[in-house]
Amino acid sequence: MSGPSDFQPSNPALKWIERRLPIFGLIHSSFVAYPTPRNLNYWWTFGAILSMMLALQILTGVILAMHYTPHADLAFKSVELIVRDVNYGWLLRNMHACGASMFFFAVYIHMFRGLYYGSYKEPREVLWILGVIIYLLMMATGFMGYVLPWGQMSFWGATVITNLFSAVPYFGESIVTLLWGGYSVGNPTLNRFFSLHYLLPFVIAGVVVLHVWALHVAGQNNPAGVEPKTEKDTVPFTPHATIKDMFGVSCFLIFFAWFIFYMPNYLGDADNYIPANPGVTPAHIVPEWYYLPFYAILRSIPNKLAGVVAMFSAIIILCFLPWLDSARTRSSKYRPLAKQFFWIFVVVCILLGYLGSQPPEGIYVIAGRILTVCYFAYFLIVLPLLARIETPRPLPNSIADDVLAKSKGRAATAASMLLALVVAGGLFAGSTQNAKAEEGGDTPPAQSWSFSGPFGKYDRGSLQRGLKVYKEVCSACHSLNYIAFRNLADPGGPGYSEAQAAAFAAEYKIKDGPNDQGEMFERPGRTADYFPAPFPNEQAAAAANGGKAPPDLSLMTKARSYKRGFPQFVFDFFTQYQEQGPDYLDAVLQGFEDKPPAGVTVPEGTYYNKYFPGHAIKMPKPLSDGQVTFDDGAPATVKQYAHDVTTFLMWTAEPRLEERKRIGMQVFVFLIIFALLMYFTKRKVWAGAH
Amino acid sequence: MTTASSADHPTRRDFLFVATGAAAAVGAAATVWPLVAQMNPDAATIAAGAPIQVDLAPIAEGQDIKVFWRGKPIYISHRTKKQIQEAQSVALSSLPDPQPDSARVKAGHDQWLVVIGICTHLGCIPIAHEGNYDGFFCPCHGSQYDSSGRIRQGPAPANLAVPPYAFLSDTKIQIG
Repeated sequence: MSGPSDFQPSNPALKWIERRLPIFGLIHSSFVAYPTPRNLNYWWTFGAILSMMLALQILTGVILAMHYTPHADLAFKSVELIVRDVNYGWLLRNMHACGASMFFFAVYIHMFRGLYYGSYKEPREVLWILGVIIYLLMMATGFMGYVLPWGQMSFWGATVITNLFSAVPYFGESIVTLLWGGYSVGNPTLNRFFSLHYLLPFVIAGVVVLHVWALHVAGQNNPAGVEPKTEKDTVPFTPHATIKDMFGVSCFLIFFAWFIFYMPNYLGDADNYIPANPGVTPAHIVPEWYYLPFYAILRSIPNKLAGVVAMFSAIIILCFLPWLDSARTRSSKYRPLAKQFFWIFVVVCILLGYLGSQPPEGIYVIAGRILTVCYFAYFLIVLPLLARIETPRPLPNSIADDVLAKSKGRAATAASMLLALVVAGGLFAGSTQNAKAEEGGDTPPAQSWSFSGPFGKYDRGSLQRGLKVYKEVCSACHSLNYIAFRNLADPGGPGYSEAQAAAFAAEYKIKDGPNDQGEMFERPGRTADYFPAPFPNEQAAAAANGGKAPPDLSLMTKARSYKRGFPQFVFDFFTQYQEQGPDYLDAVLQGFEDKPPAGVTVPEGTYYNKYFPGHAIKMPKPLSDGQVTFDDGAPATVKQYAHDVTTFLMWTAEPRLEERKRIGMQVFVFLIIFALLMYFTKRKVWAGAH
Repeated sequence: MTTASSADHPTRRDFLFVATGAAAAVGAAATVWPLVAQMNPDAATIAAGAPIQVDLAPIAEGQDIKVFWRGKPIYISHRTKKQIQEAQSVALSSLPDPQPDSARVKAGHDQWLVVIGICTHLGCIPIAHEGNYDGFFCPCHGSQYDSSGRIRQGPAPANLAVPPYAFLSDTKIQIG
């Protein structure tokens, strides 16, 4: 994109096009011949990783939109149907949902890299500001995408974030009503968020084109922060940068795949598997991890308007960075003080993220205020001051000199990479932990589950026994709305044959109609039917159960969780532990005690449960020894019942788990081989350049 | 450059490039598969397409009903003696898509014509009891079908399709 290209295609047909539209010359000069500094490190591959992520998000998003229904009554269900019924729907949904987190993870590294190496300084101010605009658009897009599944967190996230605008003086309420299209968050809100969530990624893509254009006008910055002077300082973009970027992308994909196939819910919130309920707010509203630092800033300020202003300022201030930091030396490598303050700033951001996930009380509030001051002080005091008082170390004469010098300092680079990775991982993991208050429930003991870990599979016998427990006990009060009889014969399920599933279905009476006379009638169930609910509607269910409707059990094991705490949740990432839900369910089913401990009373109409948050549960003790008889000789104990029905409910929540883990293993083997091949190819290609 | 010589004597470098390129191609193909496969009918749609049973008892001679199977309208006609006579007597050589009436109904159940009511031209729904052949007339482009659902006139290239079905009893069929 710098000046007219002298590139001429040799093919006559391409020549014909080139004379009329010089697109091949544009591509050639931008992505082939384009000179790229030869000393770029792997932090520079995140530009390519982000381009890939944007393309992937748009692709999976367009596909998901083919199956999604943007309606308040149907959205939650349509997402579940995508995951359960659409071919590879679980894969596409996981890619898109985890992809959003990966996108932000990559953008934060990209931004911190720009910050460290001074990539925002003259002549790259516009390039940097375009980047901040992309980041803002990403935040808006990510927020609206999170609303679409219409779970509890979606709904209340939408309510809280749109209410930020009510802080605007005079017009606040009108603006919020305008955003909602009603008197509260509702169907119109969901519809417009869907529309905008579809639109904004293309706006982002447009700004990315400008971002790349500006990049190619100013040229890439580099770790030395000195501009290329001679041809020796640069290498052609293709194959050098292309292959290096592709190696970076393939490594990133390994990290990404870990989430898609093994930890799809690690970054999510269990509450979002509860359908949106405008009458009940979750105990702790926590945004997705990538907004947490700003959420912490918002909550640190005791004044509503000032809090909102501070939160937005924390982002907008980035636009002024090129002028706040007027130091002439770009790279922090040569700025001993700036380097230290940069790492302090990184830690401040991580800690703010952690605080954003914690309940706003006690020490957390004070710490939040101190860190908010630190955040702004970095931009408004530290950087302007350093520009005046700091003595930078001497810069290398040229990039070529830097490359020669670097071959000695490899170990230091590796160490700093490692440190940065650990910090980044900490940021990532630390901020994912959501504030699930225990509110006085004991921590459930960790059980051993056949479906945990990378090779996890459901225990067929346990699933069949669990189904029996559900049918004979739980189904008296709890529905199982997302499970059809045909699912009993699905691969990766309880392992029944089609005929067995049909026979099982035929035992049920299903309401159908209207018939030709306009009347509803009952007929035997077919495999395509869903498990019938025990009550005709929620009101009837509530009336029959002391005022509170028993929740649907289909997603129960994913909709319940408990706080793992630091540092346990960091280990969980590596051990793939994500059985909080099953552990909790199993514990609650066994946690009933006839007599509350001394000094504890539970309200009338509730029962004491050791593990239930608050200990007072409305459900009476559902299981007792000998209640259900198993054909396979498994013990008729509450412990066994609880284990089996929990296994069964894990399957109803995650029927594609076995397929997911099996394909995940294949993808991992492939990606690791591919990354190795890319690594050696990259070394070959670069062999001549060093 | 040594393009010519390296083509004659493959080097380790070439092998590496080919292997990497091949792995990338395999990865790309494996990625495209789920992105395309998701367009096929989902499990709920397939389950809803299970066979249906239809009671024929209420359909009087000369009447027909329309039922839906897999989202397609199925015409079930209780043909009159005259209609059966016409369908059986027509010379096969005069038909654009020659097929005897006996191949389009179940043996012993001559009075029942079961066809998918979708015009073989471009998918409109033909109207029963219209047209010149005592059968179906498609209002979109004027195709005419006879009392056996065979194309007689107009742009449609083939006879109305017969869905898979079987008689469970004299008055009950299962479609699918």
